[in-house]
Amino acid sequence: MDGAVPLFQMEGISKRYGGVRALEKAELVVTSGNIHAILGENGAGKSTLIKVMAGVVAADEGRMMLDGREVTFASPAAANKAGIVCIFQELSLVPELSVADNILISDPPKRFGMIDRKAQRRIAEEALARAGAADIHPLALVKDLPLSRRQMVEIAKALARKPRVLILDEATSALTAADVSNIFGVLKRLRREGLALLYISHRMNEIAELADQCTVFRNGRNVASYKAGSKSDNEVVELMIGREYSHIFPPKPATVPATAAPRLEARKLSWTDRLDNISLTVRAGEVVGLGGLDGQGQRELLLAFFGVLRGLSGEVLIDGKPVTIGSPAKARRDGIGMALIPEDRKTEGLMLPMTVRENLSFAALDRLSRGGIIDRAAEQRLIDDMVGLLAIKTAGLDIPVGALSGGNQQKVVIAKWLMRQPRIILLNDPTRGIDVGTKQELYQLMRKLADAGAAILFYSTDYDELIGCCDRVLVLYDGAVKRELVGAEITERALIASALNIHGEESPVGLGASA
Amino acid sequence: MKDWRYWLAEQRGTLLALGIFIVMFVIYTSNHPAGFTANVVQTAANKGVLLAFVAMAQTLVVITAGIDLSVGMIFLLTNCLASWLVVGTPMQTTLGVIAVLAVGLLCGAINGAIVIYGRLQPIVATIATGAVYYGIGLLLRPFPGGSVNEDLADALTGRVFDVVPASLVVLLAIVLVIWVPFSRSVLGRAAYAAGSSETAAYMSGVPIRRGKFAAYTLAGLLAAIGGLFLTFFTYTGDAAYASGNAYTLFSIAAVVLGGVSLFGGKGSAIGAIFGALAFRTIGDLLFVFDFDPLWQPLFQGVILLIAVSLGAFALFRVRNRLEWFL
Repeated sequence: MDGAVPLFQMEGISKRYGGVRALEKAELVVTSGNIHAILGENGAGKSTLIKVMAGVVAADEGRMMLDGREVTFASPAAANKAGIVCIFQELSLVPELSVADNILISDPPKRFGMIDRKAQRRIAEEALARAGAADIHPLALVKDLPLSRRQMVEIAKALARKPRVLILDEATSALTAADVSNIFGVLKRLRREGLALLYISHRMNEIAELADQCTVFRNGRNVASYKAGSKSDNEVVELMIGREYSHIFPPKPATVPATAAPRLEARKLSWTDRLDNISLTVRAGEVVGLGGLDGQGQRELLLAFFGVLRGLSGEVLIDGKPVTIGSPAKARRDGIGMALIPEDRKTEGLMLPMTVRENLSFAALDRLSRGGIIDRAAEQRLIDDMVGLLAIKTAGLDIPVGALSGGNQQKVVIAKWLMRQPRIILLNDPTRGIDVGTKQELYQLMRKLADAGAAILFYSTDYDELIGCCDRVLVLYDGAVKRELVGAEITERALIASALNIHGEESPVGLGASA
Repeated sequence: MKDWRYWLAEQRGTLLALGIFIVMFVIYTSNHPAGFTANVVQTAANKGVLLAFVAMAQTLVVITAGIDLSVGMIFLLTNCLASWLVVGTPMQTTLGVIAVLAVGLLCGAINGAIVIYGRLQPIVATIATGAVYYGIGLLLRPFPGGSVNEDLADALTGRVFDVVPASLVVLLAIVLVIWVPFSRSVLGRAAYAAGSSETAAYMSGVPIRRGKFAAYTLAGLLAAIGGLFLTFFTYTGDAAYASGNAYTLFSIAAVVLGGVSLFGGKGSAIGAIFGALAFRTIGDLLFVFDFDPLWQPLFQGVILLIAVSLGAFALFRVRNRLEWFL
């Protein structure tokens, strides 16, 4: 850096989503010929930062400078034109088009105003070769490729745009080991060629191998910047945590004895490449957490229990008896009594234009009707109970549920399932995007339900929640249970260390979940 | 090496439609009292190209994952307009043709602007604009009537070298002049990309709006070409509401038969043309087998159901049931 103008610089960048602060006066300096790793927990602001860089979202305040000149990007296309290219975690490929079409999608070679397919194919082949993916046929449709190949196409596409700053957001998450070492070779070559690379990954070993410079983000701010290799893994984890505990959690009761019969049990569950031999038990009265980085198979595991996935191998047992759950309708039947509070309440949990009343009674209609006719009085009684129990704030039962606040919408989703008095409750990151007050109420409710005898399996991306709410936590990595933390072992340090699949201070307590 | 296999996979829908059409057409001509003669082919072609033009128009919009329920009405409006304007000296006739095509473009552009910049659902927007276009057509021709330059009409509906139907030649020319450049242009690719995954396209910096706008506008133009041909065949303009609606619905059927995905991003106007020709032949088949014409809608429906079911087999391979609903 020594006095020279850095290639790219961000100063005082802030961004809010509704009431949530995603970035708070963040700073970043990117120099050419450098691989710069960005570290931070889920929700630390890394994704927002690169979205601002890549022109996907606009910052509320702050400025960006390229070659010392202030720039603003109105769209990803504008950022690309300036030489800032991002390989996104959620792939940005168009499934119905061919690999070659995708690689050159925004600026294909032209002849007489039409796309020159021969030239396009040649350039695409070169780009694929440069990315070390010459095995991919340029005419193949992207939707026919497996995820790891798509990721390689994504990388080839970024290279074909001749970037000056290349951002890789978890770009290796879906790759095979061979691809990763290929890509590392490519990235090192690009560094020699003078590119600036921003590398976002949760894999500490990758960062150790690649990065020259590291910046840690926490709560939307850059909290530390240091030369790669100058800090130990534990120090890095320390930097990533360092957060005040602000939530109030209900006291945990004495641990449910390990000898109690399990309510829900999984034996060697596997599904495609997302779930790998998962065994676990949840007992009545227990809140069991699912931890780990986002997207390590937690969502799929819950869907597997709820009968959504086909081609599942392994066994699911309810009350010790093997069951086959072929659909959500079967999962909620009386003998099983399962409920899933989905991640995306807007699409999987609620029918937004329909009324609060209709949404509440959907899941329980069979219990409230006789001969196909809904017993209005019984419905009203149950709904009143639920609205009272969860303190749902609504102007009335007959307004569309979409008019409620996020927190109250989530309460409706939960209430809807509680109307069936479920015995097993699966929660998929239920507090995402809701306010602190409602979060507290949900924590209390979860404990109340467990005390009343429900078995609860709770996935959360918020480590505080796992620590505050759970009796046990299973940490997933790459679709497998890597570690089980019980009682006082559930600490932020242990959660992060096992989520990153590095060993913290404590030695890991037996893998798997055979309690 | 394996390039042809990728090509084949890409053209599967089109080839399937071609196959269906050929089988039906062979059955038709071999049972026709006159057999496979220039006359029979010419009549079939003239009936088929009308739907083919409207189906091409529909294809462009469907590729962007939209739908255009006004194509049939643009077809009628331009028919009514042509029955006023495409008359007189060659010079006047030429200007008339240009004016009719310009009106078609304008109708398509209005649809595109409303859907893209007004952010209305394509289905609602085009029902509304379709009613407006029909209304204008009705004002132009409250009763069937008008005329057309008969020299031009006869030339374009007759035969070239006494063998090839002229309407087919025009259809081919339109494919080469409009469809091929569009599908190979940046705008055409933007239309495909927007239909396949609008977010991915946006993230990749694709000009989505311009691509969709071009698709809607060209759809208007193609419907207008269909309208011109209707005038050439009938020598009159007629704002027949039922006929406009039928063309809209049949265009959707033809598009689906032609392997164009209603979810967007996939398919070709050439497939839709074969879909249209095949769909038209269904009616003719009933005629040669001496069925009561009353059977026609039922028969067309059954064939359509069968053809569409062929495309649904992919659902059996889905492993995550939530993907059924995507």
